[in-house]
Amino acid sequence: MFLAAEHFVQAPQWTWYILFYFFFAGLAGGSYVLATLLRLGGDRRDEPAARIGFYISLPALIVCPILLTADLGVSWWKFWHMLIDVTPGDTGVNFKFLSPMSMGVWALLVFGFFVLISALDAWIADRRGATLLPPLVDRIFMIVGSLLGLFVASYTGVLLSVSNQPVWSDTWALGGLFLASGLSGAAALITLLVRYRPEAAFSLERLRVADGYFSILELALLVAFFATVVIAGTAARVVPWFPLWIVALLGIAASLFGFRRPRSVSAGAEAAIAAPIAVGATIVSILVLVAVLAMRAAVIFSAQ
Amino acid sequence: MAAIKAGETYGFFTDTSVCIGCKACEVACKEWNQLEGDSPTFLADSFDNTGSLDAQNWRHVKFIEKVPDEPATAGNGAAWLMMSDVCKHCKHASCMEVCPTGAIIRTEFNTVFIQQDVCNGCRNCIAACPYGAIGMNQRTGTAHKCTLCYDRLQGGLEPACAKACPTQSIQFGPLAELQQAADVRLAALHSQGAAQAQLYGRDEKIYGGLNAFFLLMDKPETYGLPDAENAKLPSHNDVAGYLAALVTGALAVVAGLVAFRRRGTT
Repeated sequence: MFLAAEHFVQAPQWTWYILFYFFFAGLAGGSYVLATLLRLGGDRRDEPAARIGFYISLPALIVCPILLTADLGVSWWKFWHMLIDVTPGDTGVNFKFLSPMSMGVWALLVFGFFVLISALDAWIADRRGATLLPPLVDRIFMIVGSLLGLFVASYTGVLLSVSNQPVWSDTWALGGLFLASGLSGAAALITLLVRYRPEAAFSLERLRVADGYFSILELALLVAFFATVVIAGTAARVVPWFPLWIVALLGIAASLFGFRRPRSVSAGAEAAIAAPIAVGATIVSILVLVAVLAMRAAVIFSAQ
Repeated sequence: MAAIKAGETYGFFTDTSVCIGCKACEVACKEWNQLEGDSPTFLADSFDNTGSLDAQNWRHVKFIEKVPDEPATAGNGAAWLMMSDVCKHCKHASCMEVCPTGAIIRTEFNTVFIQQDVCNGCRNCIAACPYGAIGMNQRTGTAHKCTLCYDRLQGGLEPACAKACPTQSIQFGPLAELQQAADVRLAALHSQGAAQAQLYGRDEKIYGGLNAFFLLMDKPETYGLPDAENAKLPSHNDVAGYLAALVTGALAVVAGLVAFRRRGTT
């Protein structure tokens, strides 16, 4: 017998601060992971684009705790209670593995260290041609940082699912969905910023291909999301937000159909291709970033 | 009632079959706990002008006014259902499971309590509570709910709502005694032909058992309570959620490496 999920909950009123936190967490984690993949798995000519990724992960991550703290309202000064239990007679470190919020706060903190060092490393490399860390240490450092980046970009979706809210708790797909979308958004953001670093244009085609793969993943997870929500009987809450879903789908479509595909790219002509890439790539990249935000907004507001 | 002792499990047995909807429990709760109450709102078509449990309403008398065309059974006229709702002080509490600050604790009376000086207003407990029993107080920036009159228990007094209830719909006491009383009451109702009467949260099927459990005169869903099949802890999505993220992450890394290793694009 078909049994719809029953929900008799109050909404937590996680709105704008949390929406933008989810957005920036996805970009911070996604850009760090892409930067690492470009540096470790790409050509040496991918290094400029890799550095863009490391650079943008820093401001994107700095915004995150600010947004989370602002969301606490008048209790903002108790933000550190997430890390330290101040219960009288039972003080200690807070770490609850069943609570994604608890896990996420620690991940943000530790990931912040990795992001800071990697951004500093990129800056020193740009300024002085030297690196902060020895090559082997740097590789291990980036891999560990990327694992944290993957977690930061995805746990926000799991956090929503680990609740009793309609839509959110009716699906298992949100963690993966947020991760795929965050990676896609990070590829778009790096593409967008290549205009300020023409030598990074070499990586544009690679980023476009990668973005296409991420968008296939995102599309598959979006289908899984809708399927699980329909099965749970809570699809009616999702439908009113269809304009946002359409924007999200447009972003995926733009990535998949490769509107950012550069014209002929020849060696040593990075600066020359920057201009023709600029218009199409800029429009599509902005569309993808708006879609990343729209998808998160649709998910967040569907339950509240 | 015997003296209230730390270490014993206390709770409420709310017998909805004798609730008359007087809302004395709501008033007593607000008086004792110094709750200001929400601004009055016009709910248009119900005697329920409280609306829901929230930061100002730790007791809420629900009015279920869907009167069926036919009486439930011969000799039992279908009446409005009324129920004084409250935090259930679950044995396996969803709010405690997700709270990242450790603000939600189990007291020496085995009740669930939010420490106001520890809570930082993240609202994860509100997202998790399947009963909508927790509300956010914007003035204090913290989550609020029924404390089962923790301060009164420490002083040897029964909770204000149970003290004020004129029909003994709300009974307070050691959980084991309340469960026995509920079994007797249920048997009496069944013997009188009220076959629809049932206990909710009396056994462990609902969140391991509820300290505040109910005798209902209809299905739990009618009262806005999830049935045993829908009473799930938030953590039931932990493994599947992380697994989906893990698989996505692994596929994305492989996809990224494939994309970035492509040659011939120079």
